[in-house]
Amino acid sequence: MSDTIQELYGRKGRNITDRDAQEITRVEELAYDLKISDVMTRDVKSLTPADTMRAVVALLRQNRISGAPVMEENSLVGVISQEDLMRALADDDRDAPIHKYMTRNVITVKSYEPVVKALETFARTRVGRLPVVDENENLVGMITKGDITRGVLTAIRRDYQEEEIRRYRASHLFEDIISDRTSLILRYKIKQGDFVNGGQASSHIKRALLRLGAPPQLARQCGIAVYEAEMNLIIHSTNGGVLRVQVEPHRILMQTSDDGPGIPDVKQALTPGWSTASPLARSMGFGAGMGLVNIQRCVDKMELDSTVGKGTKLLMEIHLRPDEKFKAPPGASETPSV
Amino acid sequence: MKLSEIIQHAKGTVLNPSILAHDYEISGGCGADLMSDVLAVVKPGAVLLTGLCNPQVVRTAQMADVRAIIFLRGKQPPTEVIALATQENIPLISSDMGMFELCGRLYRAGLHSFETNWNGFHE
Repeated sequence: MSDTIQELYGRKGRNITDRDAQEITRVEELAYDLKISDVMTRDVKSLTPADTMRAVVALLRQNRISGAPVMEENSLVGVISQEDLMRALADDDRDAPIHKYMTRNVITVKSYEPVVKALETFARTRVGRLPVVDENENLVGMITKGDITRGVLTAIRRDYQEEEIRRYRASHLFEDIISDRTSLILRYKIKQGDFVNGGQASSHIKRALLRLGAPPQLARQCGIAVYEAEMNLIIHSTNGGVLRVQVEPHRILMQTSDDGPGIPDVKQALTPGWSTASPLARSMGFGAGMGLVNIQRCVDKMELDSTVGKGTKLLMEIHLRPDEKFKAPPGASETPSV
Repeated sequence: MKLSEIIQHAKGTVLNPSILAHDYEISGGCGADLMSDVLAVVKPGAVLLTGLCNPQVVRTAQMADVRAIIFLRGKQPPTEVIALATQENIPLISSDMGMFELCGRLYRAGLHSFETNWNGFHE
């Protein structure tokens, strides 16, 4: 069983625990996702065993590379590198044929293997470059650690641009679509007692608002209001409820509704510190009696309408101030190029 | 105050070091075990000190733009909590100190308190 990338580079042979597994970064993930053929250099400069070491100097210099495969009749017979060249220079032996100094025992990697395989091979063999062969053992490229770094960076940039594009598309929604009144409605079903997933809907709402180009402060206000409202459905409703957010260019309407049990005394429910949360909810950090108070602080208008035995409707509304308009993030005036 | 200084004061361990790409400037602090209390006072860029270890702490932090969370009394949150925080890019720190002890140390070291003069959002 070969070592994993964490064992080689991060945690030096220690077994990977569940916690370590959570910490696998995007870069580490990419080492598995990217194929060697995605990052290798395809335009390979090769030499023959009979070429002189002088030819090596010229080739490495002209192409700014650190080594090259040595080919004889279409088959790979060795690799010649800067290190081999140094030995020749130290011996003042520039006119010697390459076969005198080349590394014959060539280690190769396969083009269809993941990049992590090349990293493992670099770590195990301490060579600086590896010839890449296809399934028929034909040379198809060369790979260095520099190629891997470049490939990973390109992939990360692509990830980043995808998020930028999502943001760009969303943030132009209100500008690109012309109507007398445009609104975007987001709906989420909230399950009673689902503390594990509690807050997920609010998390999606906050992210959606940011993608739509809402200023961070506005997204935060809405996030806190819908989170408190979402948790109220989880904690207090009989059968769960629905969280609905209506986004318009000038205001955001947020609403929760459920079919019971209803609040006997709405005024009391609005008193800071008042809570009827269950011991379970309290053990989860709820029941501070600040939920509705927090919502009131975050929104411009809140209406709580409840009937015992029928259900509760909570309406929250934020009017966008002139400086809070949805706008494309700086630099997103043109579609990012991919 | 830098997050790295706070970690030193707390003698803390970072539970998801992979997301600590650089040091963060922390605007102030707040200590609470009730999440609505946190949402009532905390401002963007804060560090949250808490004894609670469930996913709701991370959700709360995400909603309120809390920059980092310190779990007190050496508590270790479950792996799904660490995973959620890592996904949301929120550093988690475990400290053996208690709430009173660490709040006191950080306050004395000059970390701004977010539990005073709350005037709402449009202040």
